[in-house]
Amino acid sequence: MKILVGLKRVVDYTVRVQVKPDGSGVAIDGAKMSVNPFDEIALEEALRLREAGKASEVVVVSIGVAACMQQIDTGLAMGANRGILVKTEGAIQPLTAARVFAKLCAKEQPDLVILGKQAIDDDANQTAQMLAALLDQPQATFASKVEVDGNVARVTREVDAGLETLEVDLPAVLSVDLRLNTPRFIKLPDIMKAKSKPRETIELASLGIESGDHLATTQHAPPPKRQKGVIVKDVPELIAALKAKGLL
Amino acid sequence: MSKILIIAEHLNGQLNPSTAKCVSCASKITGASIDIAVLAADPAAVAAQAAQIAGVARVRTLANAANAHALAVVYAPQVLAIAGEYTHVFGPSTTFGKDLMPRIAAKLGVSQVSDVMAVVDAHTFQRPIYAGNAIVTVKAPAGRTVVATVRTASFAAASGGGSAVIEAVAMDVPLPTHTRFVSLQQGGGDRPDLQTARVVVSGGRALGSAENFQLIYDFADKLKAGVGASRAAVDSGYAPNDLQVGQTGKIIAPELYIAIGISGAIQHLTGIKDAGTIVAINKDAEAPIFEVADIGLVADLTKAVPELMAAL
Ligand SMILES: Cc1cc2nc3c(=O)[nH]c(=O)nc-3n(C[C@H](O)[C@H](O)[C@H](O)COP(=O)(O)OP(=O)(O)OC[C@H]3O[C@@H](n4cnc5c(N)ncnc54)[C@H](O)[C@@H]3O)c2cc1C
Ligand SMILES: Nc1ncnc2c1ncn2[C@@H]1O[C@H](COP(=O)(O)O)[C@@H](O)[C@H]1O
Repeated sequence: MKILVGLKRVVDYTVRVQVKPDGSGVAIDGAKMSVNPFDEIALEEALRLREAGKASEVVVVSIGVAACMQQIDTGLAMGANRGILVKTEGAIQPLTAARVFAKLCAKEQPDLVILGKQAIDDDANQTAQMLAALLDQPQATFASKVEVDGNVARVTREVDAGLETLEVDLPAVLSVDLRLNTPRFIKLPDIMKAKSKPRETIELASLGIESGDHLATTQHAPPPKRQKGVIVKDVPELIAALKAKGLL
Repeated sequence: MSKILIIAEHLNGQLNPSTAKCVSCASKITGASIDIAVLAADPAAVAAQAAQIAGVARVRTLANAANAHALAVVYAPQVLAIAGEYTHVFGPSTTFGKDLMPRIAAKLGVSQVSDVMAVVDAHTFQRPIYAGNAIVTVKAPAGRTVVATVRTASFAAASGGGSAVIEAVAMDVPLPTHTRFVSLQQGGGDRPDLQTARVVVSGGRALGSAENFQLIYDFADKLKAGVGASRAAVDSGYAPNDLQVGQTGKIIAPELYIAIGISGAIQHLTGIKDAGTIVAINKDAEAPIFEVADIGLVADLTKAVPELMAAL
């Protein structure tokens, strides 16, 4: 069984992103870049499936500018077998990403595609569902538990009402939630070992897909600021403050 | 003129309030005519509830035994069979809508506008990126279907008192069997629903154990409040996953939010930005939660919370 995993290059989750004063975008030049946290979890799950003998090959894919090779490097150091960089001029939107993945799936024929539930830059939460639609395959999103048994995956999903379990026939597309696993740390020898692993670069244009970048962003604004509040000195003052606001 | 289809969310015969919030968002589009689609094994009860939402023209029922559980792969082809009659297809930005709507958008060959916070015009919307650190205005192309999810915390539920017509849609589209519902383990219980509760009491890592988290439930019950939790509290097993508030949990807008032993990481704060009043109880005066709290109390929760409960 082959597993394809998406690794999106995003601004590290510890960076406090701010809007540029002129509203033309966000000030992220020189910011620390990382693998999207959900995608590390996706990769960890794929590696565990391989280590459990359920999968034989894990391929990591990043779509974006040339520097995304760093995220492929991270994925290979974590343990993926090989990496594919689909090179673009700049950021792409989820439908385009899904179309790229669909092309790669046609070529690679994976039994499972595991993506993050959302990229922490665009917070779109779309790509996995779109890919599953384009492939007419099952989707199990927001996974917090994955069990593969032959041609079937049993996936527990974190939904608003609680935990839902689905059974999907493979091939299928999964998106993962935070509690699925804790990704492993990379050790120095892993980085050395990864140096010789195969890396392939494909130009986006060579895939011949129609762009799904339909949304034009016309303005960036900072979120509305909340007024700074008061610090009360004890519980009676807290109760008085709540009563004054009519909340108790 | 805009013709908007909203996909109803429901469970156990009850319409989820997220649907009325989608109606409220859709009604911000000038001159829109709004229909609701109810997909269910037996849609009658839910359709009757949907028909009462003010501003809805028609409720269209899609009855099918396969709709007994809200599977995106099963719902999508049925929605697509009628989507062509509409300029917009909306769903809530709940796990239900997030799962379903992109599957519809991809089949229509359009991008989705996720988490609509505000409507500028029929094709222009505001939405958050970077955990709400920036709000972008995005324009969807004219002449193509707009598929969007509605951030429910940004819209008040449309009022009741409506009387939309209910029409059954006859449909014969092939539905996949490659995805099967196994079970739903519901958390919750009798407490007010986190996403619609007027008051929410939330606990963080500081609670220290599942046993100690009981303090949060007890306090919430005293206030007839819903219960929330930080990711650290959920990850540590103090509270179930469906209580997580934040960027990757639930985005909520209660009138009163009480954060107890929660530091106020940006990923948590993004879930409560629209709360009316935020109260924070934390023993660290430097905790970032105090930057957004309307009322802050620097105190040890193990003393302050029992004292509060005794005084109420
Ligand atoms: C991709 C991603 C997504 C995330 N999504 C979410 C999300 O949706 N929701 C979320 O909440 N987090 C999310 N997080 C995690 C977030 O970054 C924080 O780690 C988390 O919110 C911290 O939880 P906490 O405030 O309970 O714990 P801590 O940060 O450990 O804070 C505990 C607080 O309790 C206080 N305290 C300790 N003892 C006491 C006491 N006796 N009395 C009073 N106060 C006390 C401390 O001063 C401290 O401020 C996400 C992180 C990532 C990377
Ligand atoms: N440019 C990209 N490169 C690699 N993976 C991506 C890319 N865009 C999206 N993905 C995958 O799709 C998931 C969801 O992204 P999004 O739909 O943008 O929130 C991410 O967590 C990734 O796994």
